[in-house]
Amino acid sequence: MGRKILFVTTDQQRYDTLGCNGGILARTPVIDAIAESGHRYERAVPQSVVCMPSRSTMITGQHPSTHGVWMNGVALPLDAPSVASVLHAAGYHTALIGKPHFEPFLDPFARFPENRFARDGLVGLHRGFEHFEAATHGGAGPLHYARWLANNHPEAVNLFYPVLDARLEVNDLGGGATGAPQVWDNAIPREWYHTDWVADRTINWLQTLDTGDDWFCWMSFPDPHHPWDPPACELGRIDWREVPLPDGYIEGAVEREAVLDTKPRHWKAWYDGSLVTNFEAPNSWVPATLTPDHVREVNARNAIECELIDEALGRVMTAISGRGWEDDVDVIFTTDHGELQGDFGLLFKGPYHVDGLMRLPLIWRQARSAHAAPSTVTRPVGLVDLAPTFCTIAGLAVPPFMEGSPLPVSDTDADARGFERVLTEWDSEVFGVGVHLRTITRDGWVCTTYQPGTVHDGTEGELYDLHDDPFQQVNRWNDPSLVSLQDDLVADLWDHQPAQRTPLRRVEAPV
Amino acid sequence: MTLGSVRYDIRINRSAADVWRLAGDPARLADWFPGITSCRVDGTVRTITLGSGMVMPEEILVHDAHQRRFQYRITASIFEYHRGTIDVIDLGDDTCLVAYATEADPRAMALTIAGGTAGALDELKRQMETPMETPVETVTEPPAAAASATNRAN
Repeated sequence: MGRKILFVTTDQQRYDTLGCNGGILARTPVIDAIAESGHRYERAVPQSVVCMPSRSTMITGQHPSTHGVWMNGVALPLDAPSVASVLHAAGYHTALIGKPHFEPFLDPFARFPENRFARDGLVGLHRGFEHFEAATHGGAGPLHYARWLANNHPEAVNLFYPVLDARLEVNDLGGGATGAPQVWDNAIPREWYHTDWVADRTINWLQTLDTGDDWFCWMSFPDPHHPWDPPACELGRIDWREVPLPDGYIEGAVEREAVLDTKPRHWKAWYDGSLVTNFEAPNSWVPATLTPDHVREVNARNAIECELIDEALGRVMTAISGRGWEDDVDVIFTTDHGELQGDFGLLFKGPYHVDGLMRLPLIWRQARSAHAAPSTVTRPVGLVDLAPTFCTIAGLAVPPFMEGSPLPVSDTDADARGFERVLTEWDSEVFGVGVHLRTITRDGWVCTTYQPGTVHDGTEGELYDLHDDPFQQVNRWNDPSLVSLQDDLVADLWDHQPAQRTPLRRVEAPV
Repeated sequence: MTLGSVRYDIRINRSAADVWRLAGDPARLADWFPGITSCRVDGTVRTITLGSGMVMPEEILVHDAHQRRFQYRITASIFEYHRGTIDVIDLGDDTCLVAYATEADPRAMALTIAGGTAGALDELKRQMETPMETPVETVTEPPAAAASATNRAN
C-alpha cells in the first residue's frame, strides 16, 4: 500500500486569503492546521494567470508553451499527457471532482467531452481520471453539478448570478449592498451550493474505495472565483462595512493613476475603459468606477467563500480520518491563479503579472508515514512542479514529458536542487488585440518582458523588487541603476523559456 | 454592437464539384459538422439541433451552385446578427479550398460558432479524402426559395 493523494484546488484565490499566510479576513482553521504540520510555500507562482492554461499545466506538468493551451478557449488535446494517467497506470484509483476546465465551457455543440459526460450519464474515464464529476461557478450548464441541481433542486438553478450577460460577455451586473460587479445575493441553501457538493461527491467517492487502495483525488472547488454569490444565509459571517481596504488598493485616484501610468499602457487603458484586452473581465465594466465600498463587499464575499471551502475540506478530512487513512494521505492545497481584488483599483484578472494574480497559496502536508518536518519554503516554485510531486509521492519516476521538479521541502532542499526561477506566460489574441508577456520570478524580483503585439511594441517591461515593493507599485524597468540586473533576468528568462508550440492551437471559444 | 468575424479555410485534395455536393447540400450539414446532431430543411428555413440539445433556426440566404457559395444566418434571438458563409473554391488542380466564415454579434458567439466550423472543415477534409467515405452520391438541388434568396443577395 502506497501513499494516497488529496489534491485540493480552488479557483482564483489569492495568497493572502489564508490565515496561515497572514490573511485576516477569512477564518481558515482547517487549511491553517494542514500548513502548520506541512510545507507552506511563500512564493508559489502559476505558469499562467488564467484558468485553462494553468490547469493544463497542473495536469501535464508542462509550461503553456509546451502543452499548447496558450489562452482560455484553447482546448487541451485529449491525448495530452496527464499525471492522472500516469498514476492510474501505476494502480492508483483516480478522480477529479469539481472544476476541470481543460476544455472550453462555452460549447453549444457539445464538442468537448467535459461537456458530454453528464449528458450521457457518465463519470469517466477522462484524462486518466476513472471518476470524473464536473462543476463550475453556476447552477446551469452541461456539467454534473448543474444536472444534479436541475434534477434534485430545480428551483435553485436560477438563483446564482448570471455569469454571462445576454451578449455572452462576462456580466458586469452589480448587486449586493454596493452594486459591485459580479456580487449577488444567492438564496440557495448552503448544502446545495457547489462547494458543499464538491465535498459531498468527494466523500462519496472515497467511500467506494477499499481501505488498502491507493488513490489520487483532485478535489477542485470552483470558488472563490467570481461571481461572488455565496449562499446568502452565510453573509452574516463578515460585515462588509468592517472589511479593511487591501494594502494593494491605492485610495487616492490621482496617486493610483500615477502608479498605473508607470506600467505598460494596457494597464491604464483597461482602468479607464478605453481598452479591454481579454475575455476574463466584464467587457463593459470600467475599473475606474470601482469604489472602496465595492472592494470591501467583494472581499467580504470572497472571504466567505474561502471559509466555506475550508469547512468543506474539513468534512473531507474527517471522512479520511474515518477511513483510517490519516497516516497515509498527502494533502496538497493550491489554486490556479490569483485575483486582483482591489489592487491598483482593479478586479478580476488579465495580463497583469503582479502578486495579486501570481502569488498563490500552496500547502503540502506529507503523509505522516513520510515523517517530514514542517517547513516554510521561500524559494520560488511553480504549479508546473505539482505533477512531478504527485509522481514522487506515488514512488514513481518523473516522466520525461514533465518540465517541473518535485516540490522542495525546505529552502535548503530548494537550493540544492536548483529552484531559482519560475516562468509565467501570457498570450491572448482577441479580435485583433494581441498581448504577449513573458515573466521570470527570481532572486526576489519579478521581471516581465512584453513581446510585440497590437498594444505593445516589444520594448516595454516591468521590473519589481518583491522585498522593497511588495505591492509592485514602483516599476523599475529601464531604471539606469538596474540595467545589469534587468538584462540578466531577461537573459535568464529566455535561456529557460520553452519554445512555443507552433502552429498555435486553435481558439475554440471565449472560455 | 460587438461584431466578431472569424474565418477558417482548408485545402482538400478533391475536386470542388465533389466537395460542393456535400458541403453545398444544406440538408446534409449534420453529416460533416461535428456537434450538429440533426438538420431539417424546409424551403429557406433550416433547423439544426446541436449536441447540447439547443435547436437553432436558420434562414438560407444564398445557395449558389455556380459560385459554390452557401450563406445563411442563424435567426435565434441570442444573435443580434449572424452570417455564416461557405465557399468552395476550385484551385484548378483537382483540389479545392473550402472557406467557412462566421460573423456574429455577440462576438463571443462568433468565436464559439467558428470553433465548430473549424472542426467541421477538418471533418469535411477527412471524409472527402478518405476513399471509403466519399459521400457525394446525393445531389440536392437548391430549393426554389433559396435560389430566390441567392438572387436577392447577389
